[in-house]
Amino acid sequence: MPDIVRIRGVSKWFGQFEALRDVSLNIAEGEVVCIIGPSGSGKSTLLRCINNLERIDGGLIEVGEEIIGYRLAGGRLHELPDRLQARQRSRIGMVFQQFNLFPHKTVVENIIEGPLVVRGMSREQALAEGQRLLERVGLAAKAASYPGQLSGGQQQRVAIARALAMNPSLVLFDEPTSALDPELVGEVLEVMREMARSNLTMVVVTHEIAFAREAADRIVFMDHGRVVECGPAEELLARPSHPRTREFLAAVRK
Amino acid sequence: MSGKVPPPLADGSANRLAPPVGPPAPDVAHSVVHRVRYGRYVSVALILVVLALIVRAFAVGKIDWPVVGEFLFSSLMLWGIVNTIVLTACAMVLGILLGLAAALMGNSDNPVLRGTAAGYIFVFRALPALLQLLIWYNLALIFPVIWIPGIVEVATTKVITPFVGALLAFGILQGAYTSEVIRSGLLSVGKGQLDAARSIGMTQAQALRRIILPQAMRVIVPPIGNETIGMVKFTSLASVIQYKEIIYGAQAVYYANGRVIELLIVAAFWYSVVVAILTYVQSHIERHYNRSQAPVAVQEAA
Repeated sequence: MPDIVRIRGVSKWFGQFEALRDVSLNIAEGEVVCIIGPSGSGKSTLLRCINNLERIDGGLIEVGEEIIGYRLAGGRLHELPDRLQARQRSRIGMVFQQFNLFPHKTVVENIIEGPLVVRGMSREQALAEGQRLLERVGLAAKAASYPGQLSGGQQQRVAIARALAMNPSLVLFDEPTSALDPELVGEVLEVMREMARSNLTMVVVTHEIAFAREAADRIVFMDHGRVVECGPAEELLARPSHPRTREFLAAVRK
Repeated sequence: MSGKVPPPLADGSANRLAPPVGPPAPDVAHSVVHRVRYGRYVSVALILVVLALIVRAFAVGKIDWPVVGEFLFSSLMLWGIVNTIVLTACAMVLGILLGLAAALMGNSDNPVLRGTAAGYIFVFRALPALLQLLIWYNLALIFPVIWIPGIVEVATTKVITPFVGALLAFGILQGAYTSEVIRSGLLSVGKGQLDAARSIGMTQAQALRRIILPQAMRVIVPPIGNETIGMVKFTSLASVIQYKEIIYGAQAVYYANGRVIELLIVAAFWYSVVVAILTYVQSHIERHYNRSQAPVAVQEAA
């Protein structure tokens, strides 16, 4: 499989704090990659850089054939106008820790918002696809509800459907189960497992080691803004080569 | 009620767990005697007396009520109401547009835009409304001619009519206040909403229009409603520059017939009517923007 994401020497600063330092990572088409690591290690920042919610300070991120946020012309990188940056983001789905559903819109309106406004789809077609996506995440009956009427697990499944509605080639998950009550984690992971089987490329920042072992093709361990190690899921979890990885895994398994 | 012996259990055996003596458990079968709220009776009586005195004062005072009735629907007053409403509406529209622009500039990461917004807000909130009104109306003293090369060249006095002067003064002043309201409304929407809107490929402008502003409205509408009601009364200042609103109408009549209080009562009546209508409209608009926050039961019934 060709690489769909190529991250090369990326750095990111928040004021004096170096959130990412010289991060490089390739992700193949159809691959499921889980990023683990202690909080503050730069996992979420890396994810937000991939779809340009954060601007990077050095290096380069390519998704598909395009450089994120820039256009290469005459040997120089020219920053893209807002409209073209938005178009790049529209092909990358994102699921947030706090769901970030639009509270003033119903469940189905949340899902069809992108197709209607960004893709310019007709309302009937968007509604039909929205209903199909809701069935896929098991919430067909909730189409007319408002997000505030749903449980956290249901909201996150709606958020996944909203991301899928843009028909993305790549979906980023930023700690999708961290804000959920323990009994609601399973339903969200179940939907994600189903997505993983459907050959979608997924990058998942997570603390669910069990999910990572079972669903991920590869696990990336990050610490202090660097990729410390990266390898096939079973292998990295069973035989971590770096002492920091061993330490972290021992701590989360306790 | 027997406080000494605990009631028997359901099967008829004695209840040995409850203490045999002690304070009696409240018995739900007893009727309840509320304590008498003497304070309430006293305050009702006092208020009735004061109200009666006020009504009597107005009834026996030197107010010629038939004159009030006579001018209530006079054409000068009715035009005054129309002009008050037109000026209020136009000034609020101008104020909201300027306020939105200043709020967006104030939230920008461009320091020039931020500074401009801050300067605008400072200047127009610092000066009294009447002073601003007089300056705008007397603009011709500073710039006798308004001149855009090749397009227009007119005497300033022709452009700055009482209406235009009042509109500029109140609209620009209102913008300075409204920008703070809109800015706090925008800040009340969580940062995650902008992230989510951008993640599905919306541009900044689309996210603002479809996601951020509709949610900010819940915070913005109540104070803007209040400010609209305030503007109705602010426009009375425009009588100073001969704008023919309600006060101007009342004054025009009482300068002629000397019935000052009667005409002021007519004006007071019409201001109350306009404000009552606006209050009603405002409550409906607020309900509209609150609908996604309505309780679950109400939503499912709808």
